[in-house]
Amino acid sequence: MLWGRVAAGAQGNAWRVDVGGRVLKNAGMSTPAIEIEKLSKEYPYGFLNLKTKKSLEDLTMRVDTGDVFGFLGPNGAGKSTTIKLLMRLIFPTSGTARILGKSIEDVSMHQQVGYLPEQPYFYDYLTAAEVLDYFARFHGLTENDRKARMEKMLKKVGLETAKKIQLRKYSKGMLQRVGLAQAILHDPEVVVLDEPMSGLDPLGRREVRDIILELKKDGRTVLFSTHVLSDAEMLCDRVGVIVGGKLRGVGAPGELVGIQSHGMEILFELRTEGNKPPLLSRATRTGERYRVQLPEAELYGALDELKAAEARILNVAQLKPTLEEVFMDLVEADRAQASAVDVSGK
Amino acid sequence: MMNVWAVATNAFREAVRDRVLYNLVFFALLMMGAAILVGQISIGVEDTVIISLGLSAISIIGLFIAVFIGVGLVSKEMDKRTLYALLAKPVERWQFLLGKFCGLVMTLAVNTAAMALGLYLALWTVKHPLEKSDAYVLVAVYLILLKLALIVALAMLFSCFTTSFLAILFTAGIYVAGLFAEDLRTIQAVDLSPTTMKMLRGISYLLPNFENFSVMGAVAHGRGVPGGLVGQATLYALVYATIVLAAAAMVFSRRNLK
Repeated sequence: MLWGRVAAGAQGNAWRVDVGGRVLKNAGMSTPAIEIEKLSKEYPYGFLNLKTKKSLEDLTMRVDTGDVFGFLGPNGAGKSTTIKLLMRLIFPTSGTARILGKSIEDVSMHQQVGYLPEQPYFYDYLTAAEVLDYFARFHGLTENDRKARMEKMLKKVGLETAKKIQLRKYSKGMLQRVGLAQAILHDPEVVVLDEPMSGLDPLGRREVRDIILELKKDGRTVLFSTHVLSDAEMLCDRVGVIVGGKLRGVGAPGELVGIQSHGMEILFELRTEGNKPPLLSRATRTGERYRVQLPEAELYGALDELKAAEARILNVAQLKPTLEEVFMDLVEADRAQASAVDVSGK
Repeated sequence: MMNVWAVATNAFREAVRDRVLYNLVFFALLMMGAAILVGQISIGVEDTVIISLGLSAISIIGLFIAVFIGVGLVSKEMDKRTLYALLAKPVERWQFLLGKFCGLVMTLAVNTAAMALGLYLALWTVKHPLEKSDAYVLVAVYLILLKLALIVALAMLFSCFTTSFLAILFTAGIYVAGLFAEDLRTIQAVDLSPTTMKMLRGISYLLPNFENFSVMGAVAHGRGVPGGLVGQATLYALVYATIVLAAAAMVFSRRNLK
């Protein structure tokens, strides 16, 4: 079997996938909550639908029980397609998937699964309380249970005061909260959230993060898609990166950004104009402040220079790559690997 | 069945909150106007005119609701993506379809019953006391409801695989063709080949025969409707609607949502 490092600079056996996208790291370490095997989705298009476009290609991955798993990728990468396949909203061209050991074809699987669609939209003629009551009916809850859960969920997502307002009067952020409430209403084992932070203000984002962390604390498994790296870093045990319908790698988020550290950045001010440190020639000035970027190995030397110059250090931060940069590196590394395999094969 | 009932009651609630039943105001005005006008211009046949007008209005208003809302039952949920959260619950797709169908039929039943009441009030205005034969109006209303249920099933089938606009066209087309199903069966044209005749006859049996539900003329003239005919029409509607809904469920069960 051919194994290759997906990203340049990857350490150890982290971030390794085989040519078919199978994840090596952590394989077989605990019970999988979600198992996906060679899942592919093609869409017909063009005149008479004679052409096909691959939206997802041989996706193989697993999410372990109790993990918070971030599914990362740029728009159109295949994140939502994967989630829709898991939720049987669309059907795979090939491949299989199981959630909690049950095939995704098995409707009873949904008893233990909660799902928040991307940019959710609900029946706008209903109030939040009515929507939650409606969805709770499908889980066979009694009227008292439904009411109790509905009240609890509305409180959790901060909508208890707006519960009697029809959803047509809700903002996008409020709808997102309703979506989150209906996803966790029945206390599911596995929660799948498609872009849960989308449309939320900073407070709302924080509340969603808290809910995800709370779910993790309760031992629930959470799979959520995002293209915001900071969300993944903050919440995830593991992340999977998907680009162009192909899984490019799986690993801990620290490994993702740690792989390609872009060095350090120091923000400082000079107390006296006369005493200038040598690194000033490399710094960028904005008003009274200077910003300098340097390799991690030079950090302590630079700090000594600034100390000697009696500079006021305002911030020292690790330079992290943007998600797009990580994506591009992953894609290029994958292409390079594919070419290498091709050449050695010949 | 709990899932079907939950979807059905929600569909009914949707129709009520989206003010579908407001058409009753129009019907009430029509009946009031007719009762006043008919009393003045049609001496001796007031009840016939009122019954004909009332049943026609019940049928046409119901037809509009059945076609336009029937098509929207599935397509609106797909377009607005309200279906996503629902289908991620332990709900079979056929349960969703059946629930939606039952919800709209419930709406139509309430609507039709209210209009029937309005019709009786108008009838009472021009003729009281009412006669025993006027009870046949209820039979005609019941058969109209059966026809409407069949149209809802057809509208749902079309909306499962095509756009709303085309689904409306197809449903309306099938309705019009279904009105002539009986004629197609008995057609005796000299210039048609035997093969064409056979084909036309075959098509006539595939089309829903809406003549089975048309007793308006007889009822308006105080003639009774045989119980056998009502039973036959009920069975026909039940079987035909079941086949159409099963086909819709088959198509919808593998439909990829956007």
